[in-house]
Amino acid sequence: MSTKDSQGQLWEVFIQANPGIPHKHAGSVHATDKEMALQNARDLYTRRSEGTSIWVVPSAAIVASAPEDSGMLFDPSNDKPYRHPTFYVMPEGAKNI
Amino acid sequence: MESTNNLEKFQTIIDADTKIEPKDWMPEDYRKHLIRQISQHAHSEVIGMQPEGNWITRAPSLRAKLILLAKIQDEAGHGLYLYSACETLGISREELIDQLHTGKAKYSSIFNYAAITWADIGAIGWLVDGAAIVNQISLQRTSYGPYSRAMIRICKEESFHQRQGYEIMGKLALGTPEQKEMAQDALNRWWWPSLMMFGPHDSDSPHSGKAMTWRIKRESNDVLRQRFIDKTVQQAEVIGLKIPDDKLKWNEAKGVYEHGEINWEEFNQVINGNGPLNKIRLANHISAHENGAWVREAANAYAAKQKKEVLVA
Amino acid sequence: MTKQEALFSYTLRLGDNALILGHRLSEWSSKGPLLEEDIAMTNMALDLIGRADAMLKYAAQVEGKGRTEDDLAYKRGERQFLCNLIVQLPNGDFGYTIARQLIMSAFDICLYEELVKSKDETIAAISAKAVKEVKYHLKFATDWTLRLGDGTEESHQRIQKSFNDIWMYTGELFEMNEVDAILIKEGIAVDLNSLKARWKKIMTEVLLEATLTVPADTYMQTGSRKGVHTESLGYILAEMQYLQRAYPDAKW
Repeated sequence: MSTKDSQGQLWEVFIQANPGIPHKHAGSVHATDKEMALQNARDLYTRRSEGTSIWVVPSAAIVASAPEDSGMLFDPSNDKPYRHPTFYVMPEGAKNI
Repeated sequence: MESTNNLEKFQTIIDADTKIEPKDWMPEDYRKHLIRQISQHAHSEVIGMQPEGNWITRAPSLRAKLILLAKIQDEAGHGLYLYSACETLGISREELIDQLHTGKAKYSSIFNYAAITWADIGAIGWLVDGAAIVNQISLQRTSYGPYSRAMIRICKEESFHQRQGYEIMGKLALGTPEQKEMAQDALNRWWWPSLMMFGPHDSDSPHSGKAMTWRIKRESNDVLRQRFIDKTVQQAEVIGLKIPDDKLKWNEAKGVYEHGEINWEEFNQVINGNGPLNKIRLANHISAHENGAWVREAANAYAAKQKKEVLVA
Repeated sequence: MTKQEALFSYTLRLGDNALILGHRLSEWSSKGPLLEEDIAMTNMALDLIGRADAMLKYAAQVEGKGRTEDDLAYKRGERQFLCNLIVQLPNGDFGYTIARQLIMSAFDICLYEELVKSKDETIAAISAKAVKEVKYHLKFATDWTLRLGDGTEESHQRIQKSFNDIWMYTGELFEMNEVDAILIKEGIAVDLNSLKARWKKIMTEVLLEATLTVPADTYMQTGSRKGVHTESLGYILAEMQYLQRAYPDAKW
């Protein structure tokens, strides 16, 4: 027997629960090709009508940030409150759009 | 090297009840403990399909057949969620299956008992799933992110399992005398093994110490077992069945049921491979795996050809 | 034969096919080549047994003798069953089950897409649901036929042999009798002859793409329309009906 993992490759599954909302990571499945990945994802993650749309992506294709980079990546935005609407003072009596 | 600095930081994250994620630093023992526990849990779901699966073709009504099929399917699904969670720790599913086949990895001993009558399907759902749920609810708060997320999903889906088992028992208990006898007999045989599912007493539990410090496990074996007993005794009364324990009695002061001593000799024998069906359950799994080898090989070969075609085009 | 008797027989035929094929697929629990496929196989079993449940419920209603869908499933003998021989065949290896599933799903899609237009509202409604399920089953069986047909040398040979071995059971799917004659006139049933070309086209396209050969139409098995079945059906029923037969007074 070959030493290669014969369980197929790993795919990440994203499910859209209802039309109009974003796809959300649901988990992963094993499959040898994309059709199988889609069918396995359907059978595993939407048995209780949890979805209206499915994406599957080979896990190997996902680029993830490293935990040790989180300072560099995410801290610089902590001091930029002007990106949030609550930073601004609205004149008395003015209505929101 | 596991520097003290890393360890301290790790414990701070744990103590703050923040989840550990796959790419975070973790002590090697934490990783090993998780792989052992999650894979054992995954294998239990998968081997656990067998005792119930042996009744699919004999389920006594179309409704019962549909429910049982859906339930066993959930178990396969739960096995998959857990295998995936385990894989995030850097071990492949192939390796995990190999560990099961060589006996390096264990599964819950309860599934080495035989499901010999239809009432056993009721007892398994009611008692075995009932015990599993008590444990799983507690594990939703486990410190490892992927494991916790798998448990949350599993708990959401499991809630019908215990109910369907209890429903079967209830129907039998209210049925003909023969059916009632069948239900009581199943309870007699499954009660004690269900209590054993929670593992040894806290004082004898070899893996518990670190697992609690690292919050992999959130509550002790005895605490969980007691919770299960207290809930189940009441449910047995409602449908008129008798728990097979003469020493069982309500302790008003403590607000819990006291119970008789568990047969730990039996527990150890079954864990060590001498249960009624250890060899058969494993042989079935190995045989399915081997019979499927040519199919997996073909699927891999087909995928490789497809890739080549894409490159040529 | 009255129209009511014909309709009873017809709904039994449809229900029994779904029930027994679902039974066979359910036997794949814990035996799949990948855990994912275990779920896929039992998912199709759920669709089929669900359809059987609906069809037999309707059959019981048409008969009007107070029987239930469970009475029909669990208390009829071998000779009273009307499922095709092909659905009774033992599962064989994964490829054999896939080959049978492709044949049956292709047949079912042809059948149920027509039955959606049936003048019998219940049959039309059950068919509408069945069409969605069967489309998925056909896709599943097609994809696996491609993988096995165009996979390795071994898988190619295995699944080719399966198609060859099963082929003699396909002719019977299109057989018609008095039941069909009566119900076609009423606009309830479908002329099965009219489905044959499309079924053959689907089969040919999938098999060729899978680098397989379409077996020749030689001698075909027959019998199920008269309740003359394979030896396997007796075993299926012995297992399926055992509790209901052993405890006739019990309710489950």
